[in-house]
Amino acid sequence: MPNMSVKRNIMPTQDPNVRNKNFDEVALGYSPEQAIDEARRCLNCKHKPCVGGCPVKIYIPDFIAKVAEGDFEGAYEIIAKSSSLPAVCGRVCPQENQCEGKCVRGIKGEAVAIGRLERFVADYHNQNGAKAVLKPVKNGHKVAVIGSGPSGLSCASVLAKKGYEVTIYEALHTAGGVLVYGIPEFRLPKDIVRKEIDGLKELGVDIQTNVVIGKTITVDELIGEYGYEAVFIGSGAGLPKFMGIPGENLKGVFSANEFLTRINLMKAYREDSDTPVLRAKKVAVVGGGNVAMDAARCAKRLGAEVYIVYRRGIEELPARHEEVDHAQEEGIVFKTLTNPVEILGYNNPQDRRDPKNMSVCGMKCVKMELGDPDESGRRSPHVKEGSEFVLDVDCVIMSLGTSPNPLIKSTTEGLDTQKWGGIIVNEDGLTSKAGVYAGGDAVTGAATVILAMGAGKTAAEAIDQYLQNK
Amino acid sequence: MYKIVEKRELNKTVVLMEIEAPLVAKKAEPGQFIILRTDAQGERIPLTVADFDRERGTVTIIFQIVGATTQKLSMLEKGDFLEDFVGPLGKATHTQGLKKVAVVGGGVGCAIAYPVAKKLHEQGCEVHAICGFRSKELVILKDEFEKSSSKYVLMSDDGSAGEKGLVTDALRALITSGEKYDEVITIGPLVMMKFVCQLTKEYVIKTVASMNPVMIDGTGMCGGCRLTVGGKTVFACVDGPEFDGHLIDFDEAMSRSNAYGEFERHKYKEACNLFNKEVK
Repeated sequence: MPNMSVKRNIMPTQDPNVRNKNFDEVALGYSPEQAIDEARRCLNCKHKPCVGGCPVKIYIPDFIAKVAEGDFEGAYEIIAKSSSLPAVCGRVCPQENQCEGKCVRGIKGEAVAIGRLERFVADYHNQNGAKAVLKPVKNGHKVAVIGSGPSGLSCASVLAKKGYEVTIYEALHTAGGVLVYGIPEFRLPKDIVRKEIDGLKELGVDIQTNVVIGKTITVDELIGEYGYEAVFIGSGAGLPKFMGIPGENLKGVFSANEFLTRINLMKAYREDSDTPVLRAKKVAVVGGGNVAMDAARCAKRLGAEVYIVYRRGIEELPARHEEVDHAQEEGIVFKTLTNPVEILGYNNPQDRRDPKNMSVCGMKCVKMELGDPDESGRRSPHVKEGSEFVLDVDCVIMSLGTSPNPLIKSTTEGLDTQKWGGIIVNEDGLTSKAGVYAGGDAVTGAATVILAMGAGKTAAEAIDQYLQNK
Repeated sequence: MYKIVEKRELNKTVVLMEIEAPLVAKKAEPGQFIILRTDAQGERIPLTVADFDRERGTVTIIFQIVGATTQKLSMLEKGDFLEDFVGPLGKATHTQGLKKVAVVGGGVGCAIAYPVAKKLHEQGCEVHAICGFRSKELVILKDEFEKSSSKYVLMSDDGSAGEKGLVTDALRALITSGEKYDEVITIGPLVMMKFVCQLTKEYVIKTVASMNPVMIDGTGMCGGCRLTVGGKTVFACVDGPEFDGHLIDFDEAMSRSNAYGEFERHKYKEACNLFNKEVK
């Protein structure tokens, strides 16, 4: 008999007023008892809508059934058939729009907490699982993967398991891409990312850091003199977007990419790091996505009073509900229906050499109203007359998305891109160049970890087909 | 890990290092830069390529000890290793078709100006090199510049080396004496480049300035290196590091370059204290 409770098991978290001062993980994970109890809420329904909602098609009811039996390793084996990064996805996937969004239990109550169960299983395996990995038999084919973010890791994992000799080229000094430089420690501990990457290395994947494809080596050279038979481009997001308002180059204005990279990749929040980050008193984060929430929560942990400034309403925030809730619990103030028009800079007329000159000392904003829905179905905001006001801040973080990195596009002949820079691919991830595949943010523009992983997996299957038939 | 195969002190605060980095050496061109980290806690710092040897597989960097990271770097010796060394980044200096160029360097910027002068000289371009330093003890690469130019003018603030005065004085003298340059290339402190560009604007001579703003990844991701050029925001790491000097907002660049001044001074002091302890 399944557990018919309409409510899901609550996952313990650190107290908001404690966690907003540290970088330790916010959510603490289920205990085995909670996991079994939650797993028993699954009806194991025949048509399995949850699987259809998963970009990498995890056999969800099957792994949950194993959890309900208390066979956590068995559950892990089922997940591992489809996903290469379960400990990551269990934490950062927008499950409410994917597997959980389709769950039958969600119709009259709360959906089964599939993400929390996935996380539990992956963590259990990382702590207790057998370490011995069977190295796949090599099939003699070489594939290069550009970028070690979610799409690259999942592509490399699928190919390595099939016996390909895979080399990942990473531009930064640490592998992991956005999982390392973007998503903060308190949402995705870096030890977990490291473990997943170590797992790939055990499969025989070679990771070369400090190699910028498009600069150090070109894509054509990978195929030519390096002898790779196929290449997967998962180079991720690129240059940050700014609003184009006055004052954006003042001291104290950052892109979310820069702010988060300083904190996450370079560990600027720690005393022993040589990389600085501005310790501001009052911070405005402009934007309403998950990255904006991450930046805001990081700024809070560095001791600032933090505002999220977003031009639409709270209902329209594109960030995950859980992230918005966590941010609110931690004391972040939401200034919705608000749009910046100018960032104000300090100027000491008496002293031109005052180091505070040209630093942020406020942000001029206007209030917005929502009009009728536009073609996209979203209600478009417009300015409320005479609503101008100045928000007292000394730091502004722009979190408005990114445009794809130009380095590969500009150095790879015959690689077609969209007008906005995204690499054009077919449904298999194949680009306009034979043997060259792409996926993740480099193709779609800023999206989610799991969509990038799905794209990496799809491309890996297509690369396998291509090389087997070559 | 990247081995230091050569180390030389060019003066009290300027150090030359030749680093084993075959992939970078294979591609490097004058005007491009690399990013390095000394150790696992180190920050990423951009340094412009001073020279490269494709056969030896090495890249030469020349740096001035100005902060904690360059202090730490200077403490490494021949045979030691750098944690990270990545590049070549940014666009190479445009040298094609240039027949007569004035290369204007200031201080440690001369180290970056030198490979540009050398390349121009090798391709048959007439090079006039103007190098400025505060005083005699700080002069670097004099012989190298003399070999790679048809005219070498050495300037110092106090007159202890070459002529007394600023690089702009020397450049103005050359221009007014009738020298016609296709282009002026300037590399040095922001304030020097600002005044070089002001001068050449007066005489309508195309001028390229090499910018070295604060950077983290250096590959077109963080956006920290943005500058205003011709009223538009550009990114030094992928769009530069060289830009039309007449369009650069130097005042903004100067302000942005000292954003972490206080932190840097503090970290530098820490690094120096550590160094002094080790010496004792």
